[in-house]
Amino acid sequence: MAFQLVLPDSKSVSQAPSPLAYAVDRTFFYAAAAGALAIILLVIYILWEIGGQALPAIGRSGASVLVNTQWDVQNSSFGILPQIWGTLYSSLMALLIGGFIGVSIAIFLTQDFLPHSLATVFRTLIEMLAAIPSVVFGLWGIFVVIPFVRPAADWLHDAAGFIPFFSTSLSGPGMLPAVIVLSIMILPTVAAISQDAIGLVPYKIKEAAYGLGATRWEAILKVILPTASGGISSALVLGFGRALGETMALAMLIGNANQISLSLFSPATTLAALLASNFPEAGAIERQALMYAALVLLAITLVVNVAGTLILLWTSRKMAKA
Amino acid sequence: MTNASVLEKPTATAGAAIDCNIDKIYYGKFLAVRDSNIAIEKGKITGFIGPSGCGKSTVLRSLNRMNDLIKGFKLEGNVHFHGQEIYDKGVDPVVVRRHIGMVFQQPNPFSMSIFDNVAFGLKLNRFKGDVEERVQHALTRAALWDEVKDKLKASGLSLSGGQQQRLCIARAVATQPSVLLMDEPCSALDPIATRRVEELMLELKNDYTIALVTHNMQQARRVADITAFFSVDISQGGRTGHLVEVGPTDQIFDAPQEKLTKQYIGGEFS
Repeated sequence: MAFQLVLPDSKSVSQAPSPLAYAVDRTFFYAAAAGALAIILLVIYILWEIGGQALPAIGRSGASVLVNTQWDVQNSSFGILPQIWGTLYSSLMALLIGGFIGVSIAIFLTQDFLPHSLATVFRTLIEMLAAIPSVVFGLWGIFVVIPFVRPAADWLHDAAGFIPFFSTSLSGPGMLPAVIVLSIMILPTVAAISQDAIGLVPYKIKEAAYGLGATRWEAILKVILPTASGGISSALVLGFGRALGETMALAMLIGNANQISLSLFSPATTLAALLASNFPEAGAIERQALMYAALVLLAITLVVNVAGTLILLWTSRKMAKA
Repeated sequence: MTNASVLEKPTATAGAAIDCNIDKIYYGKFLAVRDSNIAIEKGKITGFIGPSGCGKSTVLRSLNRMNDLIKGFKLEGNVHFHGQEIYDKGVDPVVVRRHIGMVFQQPNPFSMSIFDNVAFGLKLNRFKGDVEERVQHALTRAALWDEVKDKLKASGLSLSGGQQQRLCIARAVATQPSVLLMDEPCSALDPIATRRVEELMLELKNDYTIALVTHNMQQARRVADITAFFSVDISQGGRTGHLVEVGPTDQIFDAPQEKLTKQYIGGEFS
C-alpha cells in the first residue's frame, strides 16, 4: 500500500495519489528513459557500423587518404583531400554570406523595425525555407542561379581574373552557385537561433543603453549584439554544421570535379557529394573507402555541432547569472 | 539637428532644472497619468512617492523621454528642461537622454568590464579627454572606487547587487549630466546597500539635480528635500495616476494639506 500520512481527527480530504497514478508515473518515466537511451544507442550503432565497414580501408591506407588527392578506382587509390577542402571551403563561404544575412535578419526582426505581427510573418517565411527539399534547391540552382550569376561571373573573371577567387571562368556548375544555394539553406538555422539569442538579452540592458543616450544602432552594435554574442556564435556554428552535411543540392550544383582551387567559378566537390554520386556503382573496395570518407564527414560535423552546443550552454549559463 | 543643438546651450532659468506640466499621458487608449505639474529644482532631491500604479515612474520616465521606447506612448502638456521644450517636434530623444541621466530599478550593468561600463557614456559622447581619469572620478563619486580599483577589467556582472547599482550610478554620472533620474534605485537592494546608495544620493546632490521615485516612504523622508505625492483614481474603472500634493518633505509628512496624502502617510492604504 502506498504511503499515507495519518493525522488525528483530520477533516481534511487530502490523501495519497492512487496506485494507478503511481503506475502511470512510473510508466512515463520508463518510456521517456527508453526513448532517450534508444537515441544514444542509435548513434553508437551508426558509428559502429560505419566504422566497421571503413575499417579495411583505414587498415589499407591509414591517414594517407586524408592527404591523397586522387580518387582512382582502377588503381584502388583513394584520397579525399579535395573533398575535405571542398566541404570546408563551400561551408565557410556559405557561413560568411548566410551568417551575415541571417544575423542581419535576426536584428531586423527583433529590434522593433517592423510591427510585431509583420515580424512574425517574416519569421515564419524564413523558417519555411528550411522545409524546402534539398533537391528542389538543387534544381532551382541549376535553372535559376547558374544562368543568373553567369554574366557577373564572366565579367569578374575578365576584369579581375588575377584575383585567385576569380581565376577561372564559370562553365556551369561550380563553387559559386553551390555557395549561394548553401547560404540560403543555412539561413533559417542562423536567423532563428540568432533571433532567440538576441531575444534573451534582458530588456533592462536595452533600457540601460537607451537611458545613456545611445542611438538605436549604438544600442544594437555596442550593447545588444555583444551581449548576445555567445548565442549568435553558436547559431553560426550550427549553421556551419548544417552546411557541412548538405548533400543533394551540392551534388547537383558543385560540379563534382576532383580538384582543389580557390576559384569560386571552378567546379569542385565535397565529401557528401562524393558519397552521393559514387555509392550506387561502387565495388567492395571503393565502398570501404567511401565509408572512410563518411566517417571523416561524421567526425567533422560532430565536432562542429558539439562545439556549437557547448557555446550555447556556456552562454545561457552566463545569461542566467546576469 | 538645429533643434537638437539648442539643448547643448541651456539658458539659465531660476530654480527649476525641469519644469514638468503634464496634462495627460496615454499608453494607446489607456489614460495612465493626468494633471501632474511639478518642478524639479536645481541641486535638490525631489522624491516621488505614492501607491502602486499612481504614475510616479511614468512621470519620471517622461522627463528624459524614456517612455518614447514604449509603443503607444503619448504625452499632452509640456516638459521644459532649462527652459527648452523637450517634446517639441525635431527634438531628438537621444540628445535629451544624454543630458538627463537615469538609474533604474534593477541594476543593469552591461556584460563588459567595470571600466568599459563606466566609459560607455564617455565613448557615446565622443569624449576626447582623459577617459581613465573620468572613470576613476565617476567610480569615486559612486563610492565604488576602493572596492573595484584592483579589478577594473573584471566583468560588471561579477559584482554584488549593491555594487552593481553603484556601478550603474557611476556609469550615469561619468558624463556629468545635469539631472539624474532614479527610478526606485534601491528596491532590489538589501538594507545595508540601500543605506549606501542613500548616502550617495545626498553626496551627489551638491552637483546634480536628482529626481527619485521610491516605494519606500521612509526613504523619501530620509533623502528628499521636496516630496511629491501621487495617487491613483480607480473609481471610474480606469487606473489613472495623478499628482496630489507637492511640497517640502517635512510639510508633506508632518502637515499634509490633502486628505489623500494624510491617509497615505498615515498608512491607511499603500
